[in-house]
Amino acid sequence: MNPEQQSRRKAMADYLKSYSGRPLRLMEVCGTHTSMLYRTGVRALLPNEINMLSGPGCPVCVTPTNYIDKLVEYSFKANTCVLSFGDMLSVPGSETSLLGARARGGHVDFFYAPEQALDRAEKEPETTFILAAVGFETTAPVWVSVVDAVLKRKLRNVKLLTALKTMPFAMDTLCATGKIDGFLCPGHVAVIIGSEAFRPLAEKWGRPMVVGGFTAELLLAALARLVHESSCGRGGLWNEYPSYVRPEGNQKAQAAIARVFQPGNACWRGLGVLRCSGLYLRGKYAQLDAGSYGLDDDHLPDGCRCGDVLTGDINPRQCPFFNQKCTPDHPIGACMVSSEGACRIYCVEGEISK
Amino acid sequence: MCVAYPGKIININGDHANVDFAGSRVKINISMVDAKVGDYVLVHAGMALQKMKQEEAESLTNLFTEVNETTNES
Repeated sequence: MNPEQQSRRKAMADYLKSYSGRPLRLMEVCGTHTSMLYRTGVRALLPNEINMLSGPGCPVCVTPTNYIDKLVEYSFKANTCVLSFGDMLSVPGSETSLLGARARGGHVDFFYAPEQALDRAEKEPETTFILAAVGFETTAPVWVSVVDAVLKRKLRNVKLLTALKTMPFAMDTLCATGKIDGFLCPGHVAVIIGSEAFRPLAEKWGRPMVVGGFTAELLLAALARLVHESSCGRGGLWNEYPSYVRPEGNQKAQAAIARVFQPGNACWRGLGVLRCSGLYLRGKYAQLDAGSYGLDDDHLPDGCRCGDVLTGDINPRQCPFFNQKCTPDHPIGACMVSSEGACRIYCVEGEISK
Repeated sequence: MCVAYPGKIININGDHANVDFAGSRVKINISMVDAKVGDYVLVHAGMALQKMKQEEAESLTNLFTEVNETTNES
């Protein structure tokens, strides 16, 4: 790091540490931000006046239980195998998780990149592979390439159960509560949809929306900007991650998403069913759908407060189960499962006294 | 789950490229970006999402100036 960067970083850190204006409730929407705010140590710098709330930006955490139930059901079907990102495996459904299903003889496996699943499908033509296509705008282009490859390779034994969601609708719902002073916008969603995608929200609700990156320096910059603008009461859009986020986003990816998917209603844990906030396979691609519509029932275990955590209404420590009945080894709610779930991050990454 | 890392493109073969992540080489899909050998790309779940652009310096310098002014005022 050069001296200029160093002094810049110190100035941002000093500014945040010494903030003593009106108390601010700011939301980092993205689970990777929640995680990196801890790991970089930036969170520990913040005074009590800057209250960071974790948002609904962990795809696994917002996925309703009956989506998991449907995957579990598939895993017990003859000649069928469910493939998923590893994050999803321990998320509790209403009866069991995918890992639980596997322990009882269900066919479940995981992948790092979904394209790997296709090589396996080619080798095992007698098995139908159900891919758990979960994610936000960031991951949607990955699923486009999977869908294209399935058709190109003429794989008749691959289907997708989709739970793909789009962020601005969820943020609009959160803005409407009036409880949040400003947003650290999800940086990698913004890479795809563009920073300008958040401007209508900033203007509609008069809140600052700051697109931020994930390193210590970028987080300091984004938070300094967010605190500065929130404390001045200024709404607007700022992009503090311009190295990868263009105003217009990745238009090639947007066109690909629009070619393969169409918007539809989707259920978010904590927020309910939001109009047009989901992506579903369209047209000729719909033949690959494994029944993704209408998975709108969410049955949280009695007493689980994941829904309130995801909307920033409580912080994880305010849940009576936190680190007691619900731990990373024995999670009750999805937010304790995923490496991007607020509860797990608070539990694993440290005990900061707030 | 939206984790993504920057890596440098070493060579390209159609829609795929070998990308160097601090010494580890991984084959990724580059069909969503117009990238050439030597470019840095942001990679998520085996796919390049965007090319890097050297732009952050200017924006950060502006913020630095503003924040300094605010701090001096208060």
